[in-house]
This record gives sequence, C-alpha cells and structure tokens, in this order.
Amino acid sequence: MYVLTQNFSLYWHGFLGTVQLTVYASILALVLGFVMASFRVAPVGSFRVFGTVWVTVLRNTPLTLLFFAVLLGLPRFGLVLPFQVFAVLALGCYTSAFICEALRSGINTVPKGQGEASRSLGMSFTQTLGSVVLPQAFRSVIPPIGSTLIALAKNSAIAGAFSVTELLGTYKTLSELGYNIIWTFVWIAVGYLIITLSISALFNVLEKRWGITR
Amino acid sequence: MAVDPLIELRDVNKHYGALHVLQDINLTVGRGEVVVIIGPSGSGKSTLCRTINRLETIESGTILLDGKPLPDEGKELAALRADVGMVFQAFNLFAHKTVLDNVSLAQVKVRKRKKDEADERARELLDRVGLADQAPKYPAQLSGGQQQRVAIARALAMNPKALLFDEPTSALDPEMINEVLEVMRQLAADGMTMVVVTHEMGFARSAANRVVFMADGRIVEDRTPEEFFTAPESERARDFLSKILKH
Repeated sequence: MYVLTQNFSLYWHGFLGTVQLTVYASILALVLGFVMASFRVAPVGSFRVFGTVWVTVLRNTPLTLLFFAVLLGLPRFGLVLPFQVFAVLALGCYTSAFICEALRSGINTVPKGQGEASRSLGMSFTQTLGSVVLPQAFRSVIPPIGSTLIALAKNSAIAGAFSVTELLGTYKTLSELGYNIIWTFVWIAVGYLIITLSISALFNVLEKRWGITR
Repeated sequence: MAVDPLIELRDVNKHYGALHVLQDINLTVGRGEVVVIIGPSGSGKSTLCRTINRLETIESGTILLDGKPLPDEGKELAALRADVGMVFQAFNLFAHKTVLDNVSLAQVKVRKRKKDEADERARELLDRVGLADQAPKYPAQLSGGQQQRVAIARALAMNPKALLFDEPTSALDPEMINEVLEVMRQLAADGMTMVVVTHEMGFARSAANRVVFMADGRIVEDRTPEEFFTAPESERARDFLSKILKH
C-alpha cells in the first residue's frame, strides 16, 4: 500500500510520461491515419499504392521490432532525436495503420451513390470527401477508433524498454528498492486504467454527441 | 433536328470484361432537345448516360460537350460536371444534410455563392418542385418521390446546360412516379436539354423529341416517338415494345 504514497513522484512522472506518449502519438496517428485513408480512396493510383503499402508494412510489423527500427535505425541515417520523440513516431505510425483502416471501413459504409452525386455536381475529390463522405463515415468509426487509441495507450509500455520515462517502467526502480511486486503492479494497472477509462469516456461522449443525429 | 449540338458521342466503345457494353455509339443531342433512351435491361443505356459526365470512362471514341471534348479527371472535369446535372435511380441525396442543404451545398462549394444566396435559390427550386415546406427535413423523412424531386432541384441549382436522368422513376412506387414525371415534363417544356433513360413509355411519347432504342450495346433506332411507337423498324424494337406495352 505504501508503494504509492512513498514513491508518488516516481509514479507521477511515469504516469505523465505515458499520458504524453499517448496524447502525442494519438494526434500523430489520427492525422497520418486520416491522410492515409484519403490516399487509399484517392482517384490517383500512386496515392492508393502508397496508402496500401503504408498500412501493410506498419500493420504487419511487430511493434517492438518497429521500435528497434526507429530507435536504432534512424540515428544511423543521421537522424538523432530524443528517445521520447522516436517513441511517439513509432507508436504514431504504427497506430495510424489501424486508424486508416477503421476510417476506410467507415468510408465504405457511405453509399457509393452519394459520392457519385457529389462528383456529378462538380465537387472535387477533396470536397466530396470533406463535405459528404467523411462527416457520415466519422459517425460510424467513433467506437473502433476509441478501441485503437486505448490499444495505443497500452502499447506505449514498450517505450519503457527503450529507457523512455513511462508508467510500466517504474516497476524496475521499485522492485530494486525492495517493494512488494504485486502492489507495485496494482498501482501501475490503476494508472493505465485511469488513462484508458478516460479515453473510453471521451469516446462515449463523442458517440452520444455525433453517433446518430437523425 | 440537332442544329445546335450540345452533347455529341462519336464512335464510343466500352467493355466490362468480355462484355462489349457500348458498341460504336454515335449520338447527338441538340440544345433544348429531350432524348429518351429505352431498351431492355443490360442493353447499355445507363452506362451510356453515365459516360456523358464521365462517371463511366470510355475506351475509344470521343464525347463532346458544347463542342469541347470531355477532360480527364481534375478541375476541368469537375467544372464540366457542374454544367451537366445528373439524377440517379437511387436519388443519392446526402443523408446527413437537410433537404435545403442538399440543394445549396454544391452551390456554395462549386459555384462559390454565399450561403444565404444559395439557400434562397434552393428554396425557390424546392418551391418549383412542390417541396418548399420540406426544406428543414432530412432525406430519410421524405417519400421516394419527394426525394427524387429534391434530387432534381439539387441538379437544377447548378444552372446546368443539360440534365441526365438515369432511370429516375425505377425505384419509385407507382403512385409516386407521376409526381416526378410531372416535374420532368415541366422542365422539358421549359426548354431544358435532357437525356432520359427510362421505362416510362408514356413520358417518352409525350415529352421526348427523339427516342433512342438500345439493345446489346448498340443504338438500334433513333427516331421521333410517333414513328418509333407506331411503326418500329427493327424486329428487336417490335419485340421489346410488344412485351412492355401489352400488360
């Protein structure tokens, strides 16, 4: 029990680290996922190919391997950034593949005819996507995107193995200090629950607000 | 008849895999003319209609609109599509927008009109198709016939040079067909250039300048409705008419 109270600042830093990783990587994943989903339905063939390759490569690579590739690979090409930034890159790119597919499945729920109608009125691809397709796709992808972001929060634990400050990594210090491992993990789990339940709550609100307005 | 050609198709060909869906199509539609395309299912009439604003691409031949060939994908194509309205079998209204917004959206996005200006024009057109009181509703709250009339208003809002109708009444209950045909007759009378794919022979007879009969990807006959319905030249057309007029 005293694990938390006696090491509050350690936990707090770990917790903040995980929150930061989650927030930044989520933003990156949402932006990239959005761009890739647009690529995958674009009328230009090379965009579609790029989107498909992006999703295939990132979705099928184990996340740990991706961390190794980014954290050890990129510095070899002269790109040296703080480990936390690398971790956000790896997590964000990885998750963007899943966001992209969730968005694309949402796009596919919008009847094709509405896209045709929009184009037949002279609206461009971007206008069609932005004013007709995505607003409708968005409503049906709120739940799967919520799940994906929860998975991201938990996946951020891998960053701890690469000496990025985050919640799970705090157990090493604590067990070295001789604290009971069970209670250490219970408090870590509570930390993750706070983050993931907040994401759930946020998406529940979004779903109530935007889910079905008709 | 076609003194001033608006839509011209020359030697147009298209395949769907092994199916030669459009075979050497030549068709000219004059300004202000109403051309009705009829024919059995799978004869290529919908495909033909959709090639005119390039919702379907073609493999060979040329399509001219107002003397200019159809551009490839991009800004120019979008500009051209804005000038050629299209009405679909399935209405294809934007489900997340109100009736009014359905009609004003493209005016704002494409014609760059101000929102209130576009709304005013939208109300005018909704009034013209008899739906002024439905403006704040969503498409799902309207009947099929009403939705199709909204779709017509949406196409008209762009001030198109021509309107394409791809089986506009085929998804409607019989009692709703007439309200849509009535709007179309009115448009025809007002001098709108129209290409109409339909099974409504009554409309073809009363509103069309020409009837184009298609079968197996070819244009078999292209004549006035009078001539076509009273004395079809081809065996194929006689056969088709005997099947649909006798029930």
